[in-house]
Amino acid sequence: MKPHEREAAVRRMLERTPPQVPPGLHTEVVRRGGRMLRRRTVARRLMWLALLAATLAFVIWAWTARPWVEPPSTTTPPVSKW
Amino acid sequence: MRERHASQVGRRAREFEAFVAGAAGRLLHAATLLTAEAPADNPRARRLLTLALAQTYASWDRLRGEDPYARARQHLAARFAHGAWHRYGLLGRHHPDSGSVLARLSPQERLILVLRLYEGVAEEQTAALLGLPSERVQGIYARAMATLLHPPRSAAPAVPGARTVPS
Repeated sequence: MKPHEREAAVRRMLERTPPQVPPGLHTEVVRRGGRMLRRRTVARRLMWLALLAATLAFVIWAWTARPWVEPPSTTTPPVSKW
Repeated sequence: MRERHASQVGRRAREFEAFVAGAAGRLLHAATLLTAEAPADNPRARRLLTLALAQTYASWDRLRGEDPYARARQHLAARFAHGAWHRYGLLGRHHPDSGSVLARLSPQERLILVLRLYEGVAEEQTAALLGLPSERVQGIYARAMATLLHPPRSAAPAVPGARTVPS
């Protein structure tokens, strides 16, 4: 058999007896798909919220701790008299 | 603004409904071939199709001119490959007993055969979809064809008409 004929034979084999589409398919698909979309929206919002909270926490910490200000030296003794 | 949004949602719903009406039959047939279930009793194929279409619905707005059928088929193949991995393990040697012509093939052979022959996806695209080298796809495809056209005699089911000759 030539490759072309072989493919045609197998294709005929596959295309025998197509199954029936269940009646409520579209409703079920929309229900599940809608739930997926809602979940994604919630997850995205939660992510933004977490990002915002982290940024806010960092800003507040930086403002109170002020890590860029040089701390007073503790090694040199204070000058008391000349 | 709100009206425009509502009309867009309505158009989107109608488009999706038309897509499902047009594509569900063919996709369900492909899914039934993949799961090697009988056409009249195919709960796994229906579940695969429902989930693949739901994913297509969820990404409907982000298709950007891409063919929704190709996208749904991609979801279906990915979901089947993922499920087959969990169900049959790495080698996929478990063959379900059912009325399907493809029951003798492994899940991977069925997947490649259905994509290449039934869906007409090109070899390179099939390879890219499954993450396999092109030569490997070609080899599995050839093996699946050979198994279907020349069934091994030892594994062939007993035909009612064939009788063994008493010695």
